[in-house]
Amino acid sequence: MAQGVCIIGECRHGTFRRVSFEVASEGRRLADALGEPLWAIVLGEGVAQAAPDLGNYGVEKVYLVDDPLLQEYRAETYVPVVAEIVQSLSPKIVLFSADVDGKDLSARVAARLGAGLATDCTELKIEGGALRAKRPMYAGKVFGWYGWAADVWPQLASCRPNTMDCLQPDTSQKAAVEKPNVAIPKGNLTSVVSVEEDTSGRVDLTEAQIIVSGGRGMKGPENFAMLEELAQLLGAAVGASRSAVDAGWRPHSDQVGQTGKVVTPALYIAVGISGAIQHLAGMGSSKFIVAVNKDPEAPIFKKADYGIVEDLFKFIPVFTEEVKKLKASC
Amino acid sequence: MDIVVLLKQVPDTETIIKVAEDGKSIDSTDIKWIINPYDEYAVEAALRVKDSQGATVTILSMGPQRAVESIRTALAMGADKGVLVDDPATEGSDAYGKAVVLAAALRTIPFDLIFCGHRAVDDDENQVGIMVAELLAIPHLALAVATELTDGKIRIVRPIEGARVTMESQLPALVTFGGAHAIWNPRYASLPGIMKAKKKPLDIKTLADIEVSAEQVGAAAARVMLTAMELPPPRQAGRIIEGDTAQKAQELVRALHEEAKVI
Ligand SMILES: Cc1cc2nc3c(=O)[nH]c(=O)nc-3n(C[C@H](O)[C@H](O)[C@H](O)COP(=O)(O)OP(=O)(O)OC[C@H]3O[C@@H](n4cnc5c(N)ncnc54)[C@H](O)[C@@H]3O)c2cc1C
Repeated sequence: MAQGVCIIGECRHGTFRRVSFEVASEGRRLADALGEPLWAIVLGEGVAQAAPDLGNYGVEKVYLVDDPLLQEYRAETYVPVVAEIVQSLSPKIVLFSADVDGKDLSARVAARLGAGLATDCTELKIEGGALRAKRPMYAGKVFGWYGWAADVWPQLASCRPNTMDCLQPDTSQKAAVEKPNVAIPKGNLTSVVSVEEDTSGRVDLTEAQIIVSGGRGMKGPENFAMLEELAQLLGAAVGASRSAVDAGWRPHSDQVGQTGKVVTPALYIAVGISGAIQHLAGMGSSKFIVAVNKDPEAPIFKKADYGIVEDLFKFIPVFTEEVKKLKASC
Repeated sequence: MDIVVLLKQVPDTETIIKVAEDGKSIDSTDIKWIINPYDEYAVEAALRVKDSQGATVTILSMGPQRAVESIRTALAMGADKGVLVDDPATEGSDAYGKAVVLAAALRTIPFDLIFCGHRAVDDDENQVGIMVAELLAIPHLALAVATELTDGKIRIVRPIEGARVTMESQLPALVTFGGAHAIWNPRYASLPGIMKAKKKPLDIKTLADIEVSAEQVGAAAARVMLTAMELPPPRQAGRIIEGDTAQKAQELVRALHEEAKVI
C-alpha cells in the first residue's frame, strides 16, 4: 500500500538549496491534505549536520545517504539509490526540485520506475486522493493541468524554484534521520572534469526576486554597467533579451524568454526591450513589470504594470539615484 | 562515428497560443511548424562533429506526416538520413510513452552518440531525452553549450545554477543541448542542400517496425495526462507614469515601494 509524501532534498557543500525548503513546504501541504507523513531522501557528502533541519519545514524523517561517492550529482550513482529508497518506502507522491540536477534525476527515476512525472510545476494539489499539477507550457503562454492514472503510485512531480511558498521555519522541529542500507554503485561512465564556481555573488536568474533586464536598446555591452549598479542596489539579478545575447553583450545564461530562462520574480524591469512574443513568454508571469522604452508603441507596455516612456540613458541614472535615496531612508 | 539527433517539430515560437474547443489542447489552425530550436542546436552540434572528424548524422523524429518537412530541413542542413515513427497508436502518449518509442527506434539504428534539445519549446517538459538515456541505460550529459570528442569520449560544458561544469563520458552517450542561438548559430539549409536533401533516405516506420506494441504507448498507457489547459490571467492594464524625468523616477520608486511593495 502506497502511503505518504517524499521529497528529494538537494545539498551543495553541506547546505540545502533554498528550493529544497520550498519543496519540503509544498510536500508538507500535500501530506496534510492526505493526512499522511512527509519524508525526505537526501544524498550527498557531509550532509549529516544539515539533514535534521528539513524538520523546520515539516519533514518528519530524512533517509540520508552520506558518502564520498555522492559528493556531486551523477545519475549513475544517484538514480539507483533514490529509486531503491523510493521503492522501499512506497510513497504516493515524490517531489523533486526542477533545477538542472533535479530534472535529470526526476526523469531518470520516473523512467526506471515506469512512473508518470510532471516537470517544473508551479502549483500542486490533492484531488480525489491523487496528485494534480499545474505547469507552464509554451514558456508560460499557457498552463496545463495534469492528472495521474488513479491508484498508480508513485506520482512524481518536480517543483519550479521560487514559485511555491516556503513555510515559516519552525527551528524547534528537527527531522529524525535514518541511514538506509543501500549499495552505491561505483559509477565510472561519467566524470566531472571541473567545476568553475561562479564567485561573483550574482543572484541566479531563476531564483531572483528582482530582475533588471536589458535589450538591444542598451546599445552596447559597456552600458550594462548601469543596470549592474541598479541591480546591486536592489539585490537583483541582471537578465537580457535574445538580441542583447546574440550581439554578444551578455552571456547566454542571462537570456530571458521562450528559448532562454523562464523567470517569475516579484519585479521585472525591462529596459530597452521591445517585448517580442518570445521575450514576453519568459517573463510574462512576473508579479510586477516595469518597462522603460522610448517608443510608446513598444508591445512591452501592454504587459507592464508601470510604463516609463523615455530614453533609458536619461532615465536609469535618475531612477538609480531615487532608489539610493529610498534605500538610505529605510 | 554515428550520431542520431532526436528532433521534434513544434509550433513556431511566434505563435499566439489559443486553447482549442476540447479545453486540453491548443488550437492548431494556421500554425507554422518549425524544428524545436534546441533540437536545431543539436543538429548543428552533430554537423560540427561531422565537419571536423566525420560522422553519419541520422535524424529521428516521432510525429505525424508533417514532421517530414522538418526532417528534410535538417537533411538540407547536412544530415545524412531521416527516420520518422508515424503511427496513430502513439497519439496521446505521455513523456514516458514517447521515450519508449524513441528508445525502441534507436535499437534499430546504429549510434555512438544521441543528441537532442534539453526541452521542446511546446510542452517544455525536459524529460523525454533523459528518459531515453535511462531506457537505453546510457549516460546523459545535460545542457551542453560546448562539446569535444577525444579518445572515444565526449566532453561537454554545461552551466548550472551558480557554476560551470565540465563533464566527460564514455560512448555511447546521450547529450542534451541548451544555451542560446548566439552559441550554436545553426546553419541555414542552402539551396544545393535542399536539392540534395530530396534524394537522401527517409524511412517512415510504424510501431510494428520497431517492435513496440500499441498497448505500451498512447493515451491508454499514459501514466500522467494533460486534463485541462488554461490561459494565464490577463494582466491588468498598466499605468504610464507621466512627468519630467525626475518626477517619473520619484513616482516609480514610490509606486514600487508603497503600492507594489516590491522594493
Ligand atoms: C525561435 C526564436 C526564439 C527566440 N527566443 C527568444 C528569447 O528566448 N528571448 C528573447 O528575448 N527573444 C527571443 N527571440 C527574439 C525575439 O523575437 C526578439 O527579436 C527579441 O526579443 C528582441 O530583443 P529586444 O527587445 O532587446 O530588441 P528590439 O526588438 O530591437 O527592441 C529594442 C527596444 O529598445 C528600445 N530602445 C532603443 N533605444 C532606446 C533608448 N535609448 N531608450 C529607451 N528605449 C530604447 C526600442 O524602442 C525597442 O523597443 C526569439 C526569436 C526566435 C525566432
